Amino acid sequence: MSQSALTISGVDKFYGPIDRGVHAVKNLTMDIAKGEIVALLGSSGCGKTSTLRMIAGFEDVSRGEIAVADRKVHTLAPVKRNVAMAFEGYSLYPPLTVRENMAFALKAARLPKSEVDAKVASIAKLLEIEDILERYPSSISGGQQQRASLGRALIREADLHLLDEPMGQLEPQLRAVLRGRIKHFIKERGLTAILVTHDQTEANALADRIAVMEGGVLQQFDTPDRIKERPANLFTGTFVGEPPMNVFEAYVGTSAGRINLRLPDGLSLDYDKDAFSAPVRDQLLSRERVVIGIRPYAVRRSKEGVPARVSANQWLGDQTHIAADFAGGSLVLVEHDRTRLDLGAPINVSIDPKNLHVFDQASGEAISHGMELA
Amino acid sequence: MEHTSLLERILRGVALTLVVIFFMFPIVWIFMMSFQTNETILRIPPQLIFEPTLANYTALITGKLMTAAGTLDIAFMRNLGNSVFLSVTSVAVSLLLGVPAAYAFARHKFRGSEDIAFTLLSFKFAPALLVLLPLTLYFQKLGLANTYIGLIWVYQLICLPLILWIVRGYFEDIPADIEYAYRIGGHSWFATFRKIALPLAGPGIAAAGLLAFIFAWNNFVFALVLASADKQPVTVGALAFITSSGIQYGQISAAIVLSITPTLALALYAQRYLVEGLSLGAVKG
Repeated sequence: MSQSALTISGVDKFYGPIDRGVHAVKNLTMDIAKGEIVALLGSSGCGKTSTLRMIAGFEDVSRGEIAVADRKVHTLAPVKRNVAMAFEGYSLYPPLTVRENMAFALKAARLPKSEVDAKVASIAKLLEIEDILERYPSSISGGQQQRASLGRALIREADLHLLDEPMGQLEPQLRAVLRGRIKHFIKERGLTAILVTHDQTEANALADRIAVMEGGVLQQFDTPDRIKERPANLFTGTFVGEPPMNVFEAYVGTSAGRINLRLPDGLSLDYDKDAFSAPVRDQLLSRERVVIGIRPYAVRRSKEGVPARVSANQWLGDQTHIAADFAGGSLVLVEHDRTRLDLGAPINVSIDPKNLHVFDQASGEAISHGMELA
Repeated sequence: MEHTSLLERILRGVALTLVVIFFMFPIVWIFMMSFQTNETILRIPPQLIFEPTLANYTALITGKLMTAAGTLDIAFMRNLGNSVFLSVTSVAVSLLLGVPAAYAFARHKFRGSEDIAFTLLSFKFAPALLVLLPLTLYFQKLGLANTYIGLIWVYQLICLPLILWIVRGYFEDIPADIEYAYRIGGHSWFATFRKIALPLAGPGIAAAGLLAFIFAWNNFVFALVLASADKQPVTVGALAFITSSGIQYGQISAAIVLSITPTLALALYAQRYLVEGLSLGAVKG
């Protein structure tokens, strides 16, 4: 039985008067176990940072409750919540050196100097900032400030570590290295961390579970794999994954014992009735219109597929992204070899029903993923 | 260095000289007048060469003014003391009240906060003379007329809005996250204000304090109406040099030199400190 590190129940955040102000977070409920790393993923203004700041205590909770380590904290001052935070804007104390900045909270907690020094040294090594420990925040680069700020949060012992865009300013190579180290560090010490990010690679690499947010609403809260394979709705499906999922509206029909997914421009994806599992087939046939989604990796070129016309062809060094005009929209497919296709070249594509995501046309909720119902 | 042609440098030099002469002339002239007797000052045409005398300064410092009509007692040194006391105390009170208020206005948006801040600023819109009449009547009823407390209170009309609005801007420039980082690190609200917000806004508080000091020092009309001789600052005290036997230009000049010296010294000293503080202030970055 794992202890709960954070429980958010029915939290609303309004900027301005309740029920009339800007509704930034809508009825959010989440439960995070001790030792978990959770990423809040979403685009700007989706409510992820508001959520983080409510947990930290910098924003009032308009409605609902927040508990850290089974202790209700949403009315307590930040200092009493026992959480550590790394800020997006770094927020280092200008008159203190990097070392003093990092050691600050430990000194305030009256740890012996030898222990403080040892901790600073180990975190500095982890984040590769040993050589700038004696410098002042104003004299180091943005990336270094960010690591110092991250170090200041990680060095503390707290029930919860909140990391707001912890690696946004780092260069890609360093980011990749640090991701691994930080994850190891957090896991080794059994810390619980919540990171806010708009970078899905980071979320995938670091997090045990990802909470996808949009418009202040939690869209899906699940493991990275399940979010990718079983997106709960159209938003998650198109938001997570690079390049994004291809989506098309389709009318469901039948002819000559086959299921037709009729797309715009007179195109149609035709499948044998037996190509779908029984429950998925029943769901499909009970509807008139659906939205279908196909990951770019799942689109195959084949001789007898549906026709499309190449509109862009990019070799990225390890894979080819081909965009094609298809069914009144654009279809992106990814191939691992370098593909020679001229612009305007006709191709034929086919989509295995096992890779088909079906969403409700009106609500965007997922209906099925491949052979399984959502 | 920027690369400039000779002509450009000469023209710039000339322009700078003109500006300096324009602004420095009155001060230099007063400085020269302060070392002359009334006779040499009033000579026509005025002459640059004269025999300097310290008589004006001696008269001010000893408090005995020799005129053709006889010896006059003047309270200039006491006035100077009053000026220092009134200005320093007013600014101190203003800082004590204004800085926490500025912090509150900068950090906590509450219902009506903008209105209150604006009301405080609007004190500066009212012409002093308009305020004075009712104020004098009230102060006489309250027994505050001709007291230091009453004067310092009225001086808050000058100092408080200034400090409040300048310092508020400085507090708003400090990223709130820096304070949050301190608070989440286990410190109270008040410790954050004292250890983070105050030091970071230090240069701004100093600048506002200095400005308020100069305004308070230069105030004339409030003190003229509300204070009698023994509580007057130099600005009002200088009127005593307009005597029945003529205007004592030499003494007035000496008095001006003595009374601008503290503010000038403070400004020069603080200027260095302010520039340093502002450029070092790593709030942004």
